[in-house]
Amino acid sequence: MLTDNPALLGLVTIVIGVGACLGYFFFSNVVLDKVIFPATGPNAGRNINRANMVRPWLFLFPAIFALSLYLAYPVVETLRLSLTDRSLDGAFVGFENYRKMMAESKFWEAVRNNMLWLIVVPAASTAFGLLVAQLTDRIRWGNLAKSLIFMPMAISFVGASVIFKLIYDTRPADQNQIGVLNAVWLKFDGGIGSVLMLQVLPTLMYLAFAAIVAYVAWLFVKDIVAKGQDRSVWLLPLRLLVGVAGVWLVWLSVSSAVGVWITELPYGEPQTWLTLSFWNNFFLMVVLIWIQTGFAMVILSAALRGIPEETIEAAIIDGANPFQIFFKIKVPQIMGTIVVVWTTITLTVLKVFDIVFAMTNGQWETQVLANYMYDKLFRANDWGIGSASAIVIMLLVTPILVWNVYNARKEMK
Amino acid sequence: MASIAGKKSGLTWAVHISVAALVLLWLFPTVGLFVSSFRSADQISSSGWWAALFPSEQNEVYRTADPGDKRVADGDIFVVTGNIFEGAPRDIKAWGVSSRDVAAYQPGETAELKDGESVTLQPDGNYVWRGNDKQISGRGQRIFITATVPPEFSLENYTTILFSGSGQDNMAKAFFNTLTVTIPATIIPIVIAAFAAYALAWMEFPGRALLIAAVVALLVVPLQLALIPLLRLHLGIGIGKGYLGVWLAHTAFGMPLAIYLLRNYMVGLPRDIIENAKVDGATDFQIFTRIILPLSFPALASFAIFQFLWTWNDLLVAKVFLIDATGSTTVMTNQIVELLGTRGGNWEILATAAFVSIAVPLAVFFLMQRYLVRGLLAGSVK
Amino acid sequence: MTSLSLKNVSKSYGTVEVLRDINLDIEQGELIVFVGPSGCGKSTLLRMIAGLEKITGGELEIDGMVVNDVPPAQRGIAMVFQSYALYPHMTVYDNMAFALKLAGKSRDEIDKAVRAAADRLQLGPYLDRLPKALSGGQRQRVAIGRSIVRDPKVFLFDEPLSNLDAALRVATRIEIAQLKESMPESTMIYVTHDQVEAMTLASRIVVLHGGDVEQFGAPLELYERPANTFVAQFIGSPAMNLLEAKVSATGSQTSVVMSDGGHADVPIASVDSDKDKTVKLGVRPEDLTVTDSDDYLVSANVDIVEALGETTVLYFMAQNGDPGLIAKLPGIHQISRGTTVRLTAAAEKLHLFDGNGKSFLYR
Repeated sequence: MLTDNPALLGLVTIVIGVGACLGYFFFSNVVLDKVIFPATGPNAGRNINRANMVRPWLFLFPAIFALSLYLAYPVVETLRLSLTDRSLDGAFVGFENYRKMMAESKFWEAVRNNMLWLIVVPAASTAFGLLVAQLTDRIRWGNLAKSLIFMPMAISFVGASVIFKLIYDTRPADQNQIGVLNAVWLKFDGGIGSVLMLQVLPTLMYLAFAAIVAYVAWLFVKDIVAKGQDRSVWLLPLRLLVGVAGVWLVWLSVSSAVGVWITELPYGEPQTWLTLSFWNNFFLMVVLIWIQTGFAMVILSAALRGIPEETIEAAIIDGANPFQIFFKIKVPQIMGTIVVVWTTITLTVLKVFDIVFAMTNGQWETQVLANYMYDKLFRANDWGIGSASAIVIMLLVTPILVWNVYNARKEMK
Repeated sequence: MASIAGKKSGLTWAVHISVAALVLLWLFPTVGLFVSSFRSADQISSSGWWAALFPSEQNEVYRTADPGDKRVADGDIFVVTGNIFEGAPRDIKAWGVSSRDVAAYQPGETAELKDGESVTLQPDGNYVWRGNDKQISGRGQRIFITATVPPEFSLENYTTILFSGSGQDNMAKAFFNTLTVTIPATIIPIVIAAFAAYALAWMEFPGRALLIAAVVALLVVPLQLALIPLLRLHLGIGIGKGYLGVWLAHTAFGMPLAIYLLRNYMVGLPRDIIENAKVDGATDFQIFTRIILPLSFPALASFAIFQFLWTWNDLLVAKVFLIDATGSTTVMTNQIVELLGTRGGNWEILATAAFVSIAVPLAVFFLMQRYLVRGLLAGSVK
Repeated sequence: MTSLSLKNVSKSYGTVEVLRDINLDIEQGELIVFVGPSGCGKSTLLRMIAGLEKITGGELEIDGMVVNDVPPAQRGIAMVFQSYALYPHMTVYDNMAFALKLAGKSRDEIDKAVRAAADRLQLGPYLDRLPKALSGGQRQRVAIGRSIVRDPKVFLFDEPLSNLDAALRVATRIEIAQLKESMPESTMIYVTHDQVEAMTLASRIVVLHGGDVEQFGAPLELYERPANTFVAQFIGSPAMNLLEAKVSATGSQTSVVMSDGGHADVPIASVDSDKDKTVKLGVRPEDLTVTDSDDYLVSANVDIVEALGETTVLYFMAQNGDPGLIAKLPGIHQISRGTTVRLTAAAEKLHLFDGNGKSFLYR
């Protein structure tokens, strides 16, 4: 049988699928030009014009059909499903599903974790990407280095999960550790080296992070405070939001910095990293950062190359040092691209499912929205709450959607 | 910039070293998987993969030949000679005859045992064991050696995963299933999107700007939203779970990016060329097939790579639209997740399976990187 | 025989009118140049003739047939684009053969036509090359060859020389003139913003400005008898000087006086009502000569002297509301900055324009 051999079936599909597409486009054009509006006879000119008015829709029809059935319709349908209850034969229940969802602690755990992901992954990926892009910009083997750092882009989330599970692997204390992280961890013994690496260094990193966040948040907030500024009203919520998020992050990092000194670290004991609640989220994020850094690097590297050389040369003549050139000349000029990279990674983060699914499946407080939704849909079979959580994801991407459409329209004019 | 006068070379070195460190850091995880896939289960569980790259010291136990048939009389004493390695030589560091002190002697030395019994072991493994009738009897003398073993790798895991493994361990079927999903799901959207992109780029009609905006909007719609409605739809119209469903889903989900990428590229083609073709008498269909398609090859290649990587690496769409209860249409990503659940500790299987699944995308990546980069640059919404 | 005619043709984008009531009759075998500053609508007019832009009003006839709704390929035209628009993925041969293939011509026919055109343009050795392996001038010739192959009734050229460097531009201009010579039967329409191309190539020139035809005539007619101040200043380099003057006597010959005391008797007829009106007196820089006599046209203070050897160009300081005058004298003259010189010109070289800028000749 044909269906017994998937490879043959695939081949047949390609031939039929591609053939049907090309055939559709070809014959619909022929029918239009020869049968419906023939370019002969007394009305030739008018017919040609009419045919040309119809033709775009012939070209667009399959795409529009696919887009509306597979992407536009589901948005509406999911919204509808989120307001109904499957067990009541799809009766309308208003916001009951949302209420139930909000009452679940697992949902709030997913929201909290998603927020963490949203902050850490885009920031870290963009920062690493920018760092690599800048460092490799002028060195001879830069392209090779970029290619190798870009490579994880090709690896599936599942493959990456396996790779990192090996890194996080734990063996009992009396055996050789085969996970790198534990092997390194066991080298620390509480001596001076450990204090430097595990307490001083993290503290410095936390404080540096807090300082950067505070600075960025201040940039956003100071326009509210400044007098005589005539700022558009709709930016105000955004500024406030950034301000609040900034304060929260600063508090978080300062308290973590203190925490580093208070906590007794279990030296000498191999750790099961993926079950350390709260911290395990970061171990999962590392996987995505590892993948997305290459993406950020490629785009930012192109942007750096696009900076007019003269501005840099002018800065050198003005006496700027390499760091000043980077932060005061280059970064401001590629700010637009940085925002693009950031938003694109944000979108990826919101949809991240495979990594959590493969590594922890949301256990040990690592749940995220996309996996929560999958759980509800296909394990709990609760379409109402599943749809409601999908709508929550949709709401989170909506600002980016609006921003993208706004920019695209601006660019077309 | 390298030519600028008075530049400090210290900074250049710092740059080289940091880049090298970053590259190593980024490569390290993948290399770990790669190396592990060539090690046996015992090797993996006894030492970290990084240890496998260097010769290791190992303690081994050998036994001399049984005196019963091998001993030769030499006056009142008997002698057994031979080679402990029997064709698999080791580089002996030290040796001993008692488990309490396995490294008591250097190669070439003679171990004096009780009552004149002695064993001599040469570096090449040749031994001479001499003693009286009583001593040279029973089983052969045990010899403990400490040897340096060169790194040892085998393709056995791959044989298991691809050919001989049974049931869950065999990835061959999943490999072909993945291929079956991927190829149509890559080619069909290109054809459809190319026509649409041409219409959006070069044909005048009312509502064009609106459609483009819609495509940009759909670009970011999470496909999570599509899962339930579409699964219901597929079940409702009788497609059910299977290849057809997953092809349709991938085709549609790839469509916004495809249209967006291709339109952006086509819009950049020179207007004069298209108008010249019109003056030359080409219809829109002919302009598309003879002028636009050949000229858009870079963009088509970019999208093809994206879609290929995306469909090959996908787990969610396959789980929802393809894999039914029988599991006969499982794809590699799904099989690996299942392996993670059932054989979480069997790293030789996991690592090899994962590496089989990422080998094809990696090959595509390194061969077609140029187009991938170009597509990325064109595809991120500006 | 009229090859192409435009009757009240107009074009508007929404409410913006870019061409108004254009009326032109072009005879077979003519080389017509559309010239004008950028944004005057000359390219739009050409693209309307080609069928690449819809005609929003009036009628376009080619060979006596109204072709407003006929698609470009069926109008019997061929077009050479500014960027040449060569198909980058096709060889020179395929570029030239493409239109014929689409028209369903036989292989032999196509081959003959392509080789004939290639011979004519010395493209024979390059037929197998891709456009990117050709020089600018060769690409230009392929673009022309591509239009010849189609044997059109009307050739359309859209600024074909603007992408070439100065030396090549002159050479190619001459080639186009020779091409026209060798094809006396074919009609050509040529768009340019370069008046030298217009003057050297055209049998007749259409001067467009702001969506209107300012003047339509033979090159020297435009130079000698410009219909208005726009054409007067657009054709010729440096541009014609326009001096404020007052009509002092009318009749078959018109006398004018300048504000600074200069005067002229211009052999152009005027009517009584013109008397005492303020008019513009036009005089080309190359028609001015330096004089010592009291019978001068204008006197002015030299600001800058450009000695080119072949000519000496004098720029005078602006005075009395007149823009600075320019004089172009043949040969070398020792005149230093700041001196005041008197200038005069032959009476038959003078032009008169009324308050609206219209020439007295065309009233």
